[in-house]
Amino acid sequence: MKKVRTYYDLPAGTRSDIAGQLAAQVERLRRRLESVRHTFAVLSGKGGVGKSLVTANLAAALADRGFAVGVVDADLNGPSMAKLLGAGREPLEVVEDAVRPALGAAGVKVMSMDLLLEGEEAPVNWTGPLQESFIWRGTLEANALREFLSDTEWGELDYLILDLPPGTDRVIPVHGLLADLGGVVLVTLPSELSRFIVSKSLTMSRELGIPVIGYVENMSGYVCPNCERVGPLFESDGSSFELEKGVPQLAEIPFDPIFGRETESGRPGVLACPESRSARALQALADRVLTHFEGKSP
Amino acid sequence: MKFLCVECDAQMESFDKGAPGDGTLALMFRCPECHRQIAMLTNPQETQMVSSLCVHIGGRTTAEQPFEAVRTQLETGGESALKDVAAKEGDPAWTEDAEERLQRTPGFVRGMVRRLYCDWARDRGIDEVTLEVMDSAKADLGLEGGGM
Repeated sequence: MKKVRTYYDLPAGTRSDIAGQLAAQVERLRRRLESVRHTFAVLSGKGGVGKSLVTANLAAALADRGFAVGVVDADLNGPSMAKLLGAGREPLEVVEDAVRPALGAAGVKVMSMDLLLEGEEAPVNWTGPLQESFIWRGTLEANALREFLSDTEWGELDYLILDLPPGTDRVIPVHGLLADLGGVVLVTLPSELSRFIVSKSLTMSRELGIPVIGYVENMSGYVCPNCERVGPLFESDGSSFELEKGVPQLAEIPFDPIFGRETESGRPGVLACPESRSARALQALADRVLTHFEGKSP
Repeated sequence: MKFLCVECDAQMESFDKGAPGDGTLALMFRCPECHRQIAMLTNPQETQMVSSLCVHIGGRTTAEQPFEAVRTQLETGGESALKDVAAKEGDPAWTEDAEERLQRTPGFVRGMVRRLYCDWARDRGIDEVTLEVMDSAKADLGLEGGGM
């Protein structure tokens, strides 16, 4: 066979410089987040544990204390942050090199796929044949998340919180984008099945070297809307992440239908019904998060 | 990806490309010495795989636009979800028919496409975007297909 030159024998200037283009994307992200003091993610691995409700209320609680807070809705296919934080559906302004985020409750800055879709019922469809999109969908989603982080005009932020979708692997692309992610807050239910799945997220986070701030036990009980007494929602076997895995419990949040209804209406319960048990639990969560990052009790 | 004319041991140069809008892509190359021509044809799956990486084959010729991947790849983007701010200082004017053609671009990407045309024209000292300027920019920037 005739010997031919290889790709690297060709003049560099005539190549696509894919590595250079990817490096430029990383640099763009780094520059954008220079003005963000702390980033952390809220994840569970399991769906239906109320993770987004926890994220929205935690963000609102921090913002209500005077911190500048942004939220990235990393759940591209099930976005809820804009709705839970009451961010309007006004067109997002595109400025020189960034898109201005929507403003939600207490001034929380929000970027969510929900704000970009053609309507409330529109799914996320990417160009290309739908039947084969499973091949490239993951890559596109990772790039969309990168753009949410790097192309949103966050400005000076104290906290940038990422609300991750269900799936124990979802922290991997986030870690790829944010090698210095400040930590994760795990959300679980007081059930064996939930802990079984969330423990996989815990293992994954630890393997990636991401600090685990602690875990939240959501729906730890049921708050009666009439007498406000708390009764059990799940039968407890007495086990917990704290005992089994050495992960600190940050809060126990009881299920309160009024609190949930307010948050789903775009008025985070921590602000709309601040005296409720759920709001007090979420404020305690905010205390613990602040202690973790600021190094002292608020 | 590059092509080498084995006979001449010369790197082939691209001289034309076509993206008819059906997801396929045709790239034409020519040997600078013997002038032999070849065409590389990709199917929609191959084209989409490369697009999903959000890199430009052949290298970037324009600055990366905000939300470029989302705006160019999201099929269900809202017509009025994004509002691009007013023109930059030094931007070229638009003739009526050029503006009319631009307005046929989906609203989700329109502002970004306008910016690409403006930057392309400004870099070449062109002070007015006409249909001809759009055609030249479109071919140069690889914006064929998709109504851009």
